[in-house]
Amino acid sequence: MAITLTTAAAERVRAFIDKRGDGVGLRLAVKTTGCSGMAYVMEFADQVDDDDVVFEDQGIKVLINPKSLVYLDGTELDYAKEGLNEGFKFNNPNVKDMCGCGESFNV
Amino acid sequence: MALLQISEPGESTAPHQHQLAAGIDLGTTNSLVASVRSGVAETLPDLEGRHLLPSVVRYRADGAAVVGHDALTAAIGDPLNTIASVKRLMGRGVEDVKRIGEYLPYEFVPGSSGMPLLHTVAGDVSPVEVSAEILRLLKARAEETLGGELSGVVVTVPAYFDDAQRQATKDAGRLAGLNILRLLNEPTAAAVAYGLDKGSEGVIAIYDLGGGTFDISILRLNKGVFEVMSTAGDTALGGDDVDRLVADWIMQQSGMGSDAGHVDMRRLMQTARTAKEALSTVDSTGIELVRDDNAGWSGELSREQFNALIAPLVDRTLGPCRRALRDAGIRASDVQSVVMVGGSTRVPLVRERVAAFFDAEPMVDIDPDKVVAVGAAIQADILAGNKPDDEMLLLDVIPLSLGIETMGGLTEKIIHRNTTIPTARAQEFTTFKDGQTAMSVHVVQGERELVEDCRSLARFELRDIPPMVAGGARIKVTFQVDADGLLNVTAEEQTQGVTSSIEVKPSYGLSDRAIETMLRESMETAAADRDARRLREEQVDADRVLEALHSALAADGEELLQAAERKAIDAAAKQLDEQRQGNDYRAIKRAIEAVEKASSTYVERRMNSSIRKAMAGHKVDEFNSP
Repeated sequence: MAITLTTAAAERVRAFIDKRGDGVGLRLAVKTTGCSGMAYVMEFADQVDDDDVVFEDQGIKVLINPKSLVYLDGTELDYAKEGLNEGFKFNNPNVKDMCGCGESFNV
Repeated sequence: MALLQISEPGESTAPHQHQLAAGIDLGTTNSLVASVRSGVAETLPDLEGRHLLPSVVRYRADGAAVVGHDALTAAIGDPLNTIASVKRLMGRGVEDVKRIGEYLPYEFVPGSSGMPLLHTVAGDVSPVEVSAEILRLLKARAEETLGGELSGVVVTVPAYFDDAQRQATKDAGRLAGLNILRLLNEPTAAAVAYGLDKGSEGVIAIYDLGGGTFDISILRLNKGVFEVMSTAGDTALGGDDVDRLVADWIMQQSGMGSDAGHVDMRRLMQTARTAKEALSTVDSTGIELVRDDNAGWSGELSREQFNALIAPLVDRTLGPCRRALRDAGIRASDVQSVVMVGGSTRVPLVRERVAAFFDAEPMVDIDPDKVVAVGAAIQADILAGNKPDDEMLLLDVIPLSLGIETMGGLTEKIIHRNTTIPTARAQEFTTFKDGQTAMSVHVVQGERELVEDCRSLARFELRDIPPMVAGGARIKVTFQVDADGLLNVTAEEQTQGVTSSIEVKPSYGLSDRAIETMLRESMETAAADRDARRLREEQVDADRVLEALHSALAADGEELLQAAERKAIDAAAKQLDEQRQGNDYRAIKRAIEAVEKASSTYVERRMNSSIRKAMAGHKVDEFNSP
């Protein structure tokens, strides 16, 4: 059971949290919505909830609810640049199917 | 695969529902686009990492438009088809353009509705169309960067932009296919950028010396709520003027005449700009001027010389600063912090003078070129619905009073300047003559007492007023100013409900002096204006008295008056008529009183006679019955 971050992703998350001023880490989750069933959620975390599973990679705390972990286990979070656009990318081995734009997925 | 951004806790939106929003600083010299991503507002660079987009558009013979750096590079070789500083022409009339155009190497042709058009190889284009090209490119950059279609943008404008200029900016946005959520005053946007990032409170001054405009705004920041206390400025003062001063100096030193060709002039301006920018960091800079006929010139300009050149210009910004403080009812010492906006605030002399004036070290933490776009992006993010609604309430003000013309060419102010917007005010007016069935509503903008000294915005008529005696009709005139500062005027006759309204569309024939000097004039001419108002009021009163008297005399003068009495009244009326032509309001007032006195017996008799007529043929009993 693990969630990892690429160096680029870790640096960006750290930069964003610094700029925001507070927060204990990054919360990842999935919610059942969207055109292909599920969607990623990525939020700043202000506190660790009781049932959170916490991973730490390169000094970044990643908080995940056990329910979401089932769908995210083994995911590597990357930060990518595509032309002018840049942002986070989930390299999730559980995904079988994605919607056209990749905002939602199926397992 | 979509690239994701980090959200605030509990604010993740469903896929495809995050509203992409951007803030655009449409500047005179440079434009920027910014957006909030992962909670951070940042300006968006192009593929080569450049954030600033020169506000320059070049038209090619094939009809295509080139925008930005490429256009700027081509400006020297193709000055007539390369349009820069177009913001100065937004919402302006042909007359203003003649004055501003002296320094602009373009060919102007008058268009329809008094709007000037610029002649290029691709045809005649309006300033609105040129601005739309710039906006179109920024829109494309933002959509590519954010990976989706923009749901809305906030575009910033100088606080001093009037209705015509704001409307022209909105038109440009629409032409570029943008959904403009709101126009935001540039200084207010700068305050948003600083205020939210630092959570500061108190009174702050925003000193914005951009390429073409100067604005000073006094804002109060309290518990996350911004209130604009006052604004002042100069629509024709900025970095371009600094360039011009340096260019004049170079011309003087090098013996270059003002008859030099377009290419030489353009090159001269660029040389001047380079020298100015260099002097922000070094104490002295070399100047090389290459001319078309290869007659070169080189010289040296020191910071000291430069400061002496531009000192009068920098001092010109302090007048509006004083005015803004006075309007806000505060002293310079009440201002806790001063925010610097605009590339020209990098000039060391500007920072020195501003620091001395407010006795506070100006804030320069955020890049003065980007701070407005950053604030606009934060506001756009909120307006697009990505944040809770109560996050921030922005109050803005109207820069000049709005009112209507009343009898005698007087201005009746309905919304006073510095009123926070959006706002709506109503006032009741009435008819001046018996049986009057129509009323002309003339909407004006300005601080002066007489309509002729104010700026005319629009005229419309309210018809089908039911005929009544003078003063009987009740006409409610409502002024409504929306969040963008655009005005809607409605007139409604209260008894029958007849209405008529107008949306104030740009009257592009705007005089340049109008905004810039209106306020100063209103201060300087306050006493004269007061006297002029008194005179007009007495004249209107005299007309009313004479009109009533003449119609009464025509009706029953013969019947009720003896020859001697009639003679006395006529003499007084004649005297009043003569005084009415003069300029002495006191004399008119006395003459009115004389007429009233001379005709008092007559008025009494008329009253009795009309009562007698009303009761004639009736018995006393009828009046006593319950």
